[in-house]
Amino acid sequence: MSCQDNQGLLDAYLDGELDLAASLEVERHLEHCTGCQSRKARFEQLGQALRQPDLYARAPAGLDNRIRESLRTRDKQATPGLTRGWLTAAAAVAALVICSFLLMRNSLRPAEEDLIKSEVASGHIRSLMANHLTDVLSSDQHTVKPWFNGKLDFTPVVTDLREKGFPLIGGRLDYLDNRPVAALLYKRNQHPINLFEWPAAAVSKPRTDTIRGYNIIHWSQSGMTFWAISDLNARELGDFVHDLEQ
Amino acid sequence: MRHASTGKGKAEQFEAIFLPYLDSAYNLARWLTRNEHDAQDVVQESYLRALEAFGGFHTERDGRPWLLRIVRNTCYTWLRRNRPAELVTGAVDVAEEAIDSGANIESAMIEKANSELIRRALEEIEVEYREVLILREWEGQSYKEIAQIVDVPLGTVMSRLSRGRRELQRRLCPATETNK
Repeated sequence: MSCQDNQGLLDAYLDGELDLAASLEVERHLEHCTGCQSRKARFEQLGQALRQPDLYARAPAGLDNRIRESLRTRDKQATPGLTRGWLTAAAAVAALVICSFLLMRNSLRPAEEDLIKSEVASGHIRSLMANHLTDVLSSDQHTVKPWFNGKLDFTPVVTDLREKGFPLIGGRLDYLDNRPVAALLYKRNQHPINLFEWPAAAVSKPRTDTIRGYNIIHWSQSGMTFWAISDLNARELGDFVHDLEQ
Repeated sequence: MRHASTGKGKAEQFEAIFLPYLDSAYNLARWLTRNEHDAQDVVQESYLRALEAFGGFHTERDGRPWLLRIVRNTCYTWLRRNRPAELVTGAVDVAEEAIDSGANIESAMIEKANSELIRRALEEIEVEYREVLILREWEGQSYKEIAQIVDVPLGTVMSRLSRGRRELQRRLCPATETNK
């Protein structure tokens, strides 16, 4: 890693925003780069200097009451007195309907899943930003799969899809959903595809979604849960998932 | 679950969630408008906007970034109206300029930088840098949360923070620059 690559990464590292693998890489670089060591010292000084309490502008006394008053005025205007009782009753019924709908939906799609989706996207973006796509670089599934031995408490599913036009590039460790997971890297032409996987009891069919411009497909089968994410178009990413499922 | 499910008044429920973040909201507005009176108006306007948008807020979510996003947008509306020149900035997001390498540690010290000096430096830097620094250093927001508040990609948050810090350092200890 050169200092040029390290510039924003060093900040991200010191902010505690890098994954384990990228953090280790920055630490290795820091050991012997005096330029970055002094940058780290300056980062810490600046943080201390900034966090002097008198720089923080606390809300002046009385602002909370002023705001509370304007909120209540606005709220009353929005629901005039006469119809208010009826509106409340209607809202209660509507809320009941919404709740039962959400509950039904939640059993299929927990809010947790949105969180993981966002983590998957961050993991994907980090791997591209840090230029840290792989820890083990090999297109051979019989090299990649054993590499995970002793690093994870499960054996990931590693399939080579070269013949289908999705060559395996390598694998690395990542940390998602509060646990270490396997990340496999595939490519379609110049588009990297990250496939994250870890054990899960549920079974679900592939579902396509987008997040921050990336296409993302999630499914679970044979005791594992899978997340595929790429800037590849949804159709081809769908093909990739279809081929994996075979 | 949405907020409408309880019998409490909407305004009361809204207040219970968001008034605790009044300091955060005010601090951000104060630093973006750089004026105490304008900051108060902007914060009040932000709370009214937030009340309107409250229907789309899920109470299990963290209220702080949700509110700060509205405050930030209200500040920008205010800036566009009152200080449009400040929004025409030279912030560089993608192309990183050459880095300052090897400045020695002694010369880089921000020796007892007094808060007045920092206050001035912080007000001088581009608003794009100022806002991410405030959200990170004072509000402890993660890169992901900052990306949502400021509505830019994660990589942009990373580069703006890094550039913003260097801009501040440059203003606080000019020695760093001469030692390049």
